[in-house]
Amino acid sequence: MKIYKIFKLKWEIIPIIIFLGIWEIFARLDLMPGQFFFPPFSTVITEFWYLTVSGVLGRNFLSSLIRVLIGFSAGSITGLFVGIIMGWNHVANKALNPIISLIYPIPPLGWLPLLMLWFGIGEILPIAIIFICSFFPILYNTVTGIKNVDKNYIFVARILGAPDLKILSTVVIPLALPNIFTGLKLESGMAWRVIIAAEMVAIPTGIGALMMKAESLIRIDIIIVCLIVLGIMCLSFEKFFAFLEKKLTYRWR
Amino acid sequence: MSSIKLKNISKYICKNINLEIFDKELLVLLGPNGAGKSTLLNVIAGLIDYEGSVFFGNMPVDKVPANKRRIGYLFQELNLFPHLDVAANIAYGLRVQKQPQDEIKDRVEKLLQIMKIKHLSFRYPKELSGGEKQRVALARALANSPRILLLDEPMNSLDYRTSKYLRTEFKILQKKLGITTIYVTHNFYEAEEMAARIAVLDKGRVEQVGSPKEIFFHPTEAVNDFIGAPNILNCDYCNGLSFGLIEVKCGDISLVISSEREKIEKVAILPEDIYLSNTKPPGPDVNRVKGKLTEIEESSSTVCCTVITGKNSLKVKLPQEIFASMNLNIGDKVWLILAPRKLKTITDGE
Repeated sequence: MKIYKIFKLKWEIIPIIIFLGIWEIFARLDLMPGQFFFPPFSTVITEFWYLTVSGVLGRNFLSSLIRVLIGFSAGSITGLFVGIIMGWNHVANKALNPIISLIYPIPPLGWLPLLMLWFGIGEILPIAIIFICSFFPILYNTVTGIKNVDKNYIFVARILGAPDLKILSTVVIPLALPNIFTGLKLESGMAWRVIIAAEMVAIPTGIGALMMKAESLIRIDIIIVCLIVLGIMCLSFEKFFAFLEKKLTYRWR
Repeated sequence: MSSIKLKNISKYICKNINLEIFDKELLVLLGPNGAGKSTLLNVIAGLIDYEGSVFFGNMPVDKVPANKRRIGYLFQELNLFPHLDVAANIAYGLRVQKQPQDEIKDRVEKLLQIMKIKHLSFRYPKELSGGEKQRVALARALANSPRILLLDEPMNSLDYRTSKYLRTEFKILQKKLGITTIYVTHNFYEAEEMAARIAVLDKGRVEQVGSPKEIFFHPTEAVNDFIGAPNILNCDYCNGLSFGLIEVKCGDISLVISSEREKIEKVAILPEDIYLSNTKPPGPDVNRVKGKLTEIEESSSTVCCTVITGKNSLKVKLPQEIFASMNLNIGDKVWLILAPRKLKTITDGE
């Protein structure tokens, strides 16, 4: 079993190595007008090392990470909470659904000009954007998850003597978890996509801002370093929630 | 006292239903799909609103919510909680009612033993077979010591042998626990096997209540439509053989029936329990008879034939494709086999 796992990992790494090799060779062949526009992989790694040691990457990464963590947790917890209320209570659903379906389709970045005027250029702005971007999808996934729970499970719990709140916490929410996690997985990656855009447009710190600075200095190696960091972050956030989902539901699904 | 009384219950298809289920009785509610059987159970359980009154003993329970009615309910799909293991499924009702931890443990242990599923206690529902799920669901329904047990076609998804075995076991358990039970099914033989009393429900009405024999031999018209009118033969001659068998002659039909009785008045068999063949069937010449096909009545999937043998006329029902494969016409000679286990008997005074 273990040997098989190692081999499997090796196979996955081979295409990546080949890709990096081709990249390096093409860049070294100097087919482009200058190394400026297409630096080889080794230069990118060197720059990555330099940025890390100097603390520039760490500082910007940290400010992006904190924004994502705060915005995403606030947005998803609120979304979860409102979603549970809407999924469970018909009156709440009827009252809130029209408003939410009106606001939901607005792309999160569309809020940027409005939020800039409301909150100014500061830490609240990116957090608010991420909040909006994670709140709605998680709300919808939670509502769907709760509504999709087979009515008979609720009947069974009721006959076994469970009061409504107990049914919600012991039967309905656990059974809605797969749906809720679909939302969390998707939106944890989405938060990173959105924050970069916000930082590029409006905020002077963070990975997005670093990329914009690199652009004005024509430092393509730095841009690529940032892109790699972003790719890894999106992936690891999504994988974290996939892992959590598996941990919570693999025994019974 | 845990008798159940239904007074003028109306809901969905059910119209003005009056029915009484006695204390500790096992009553079978028999009826075709869509007759309102599940609706009636949901009314008794308090899961849906309804018009009319439900009494447990002499107490009206219309104002009592479902979680306070102390009912055990087995749904058709069983609905074991997929996210809980077997022990936690059984303990669920006790946990939500905040019973002491020790008591829960003892009770679950006991139920696992009664239902013979101790080895399954840490499995999840997806890891159980159909019969095992059945046992777990029943254990869960019994955990809260309910006053009344409702079973909604619980054996539907099981194979014949498992369901037969579980039914027998359940019948014994029901007697032992002395719990008032309503068992819903659409299968007459299942009903007959389980119940002392059957209530036939059709199109939202209670059409007939009585013992299995009463319902089989004296069905009302609506019940006839559903179960099918049996062929009833008057016996001219009886001769008790050994081994609990009895030889009976009805006109020129000679039958061997398993029965403890010495004298039999009438024999009945449903049209679908008679086999029809266009050639002489092999095997001993018992419970089979030669006759003449006099009438063919075709419907969408079945064919109903009338066969005359001497003074008797028998109706036989068989699937269309089997009938077509025999190429029969009116006036042809046919052989009939009357399955001994499907023959019902009636003696004087029943």
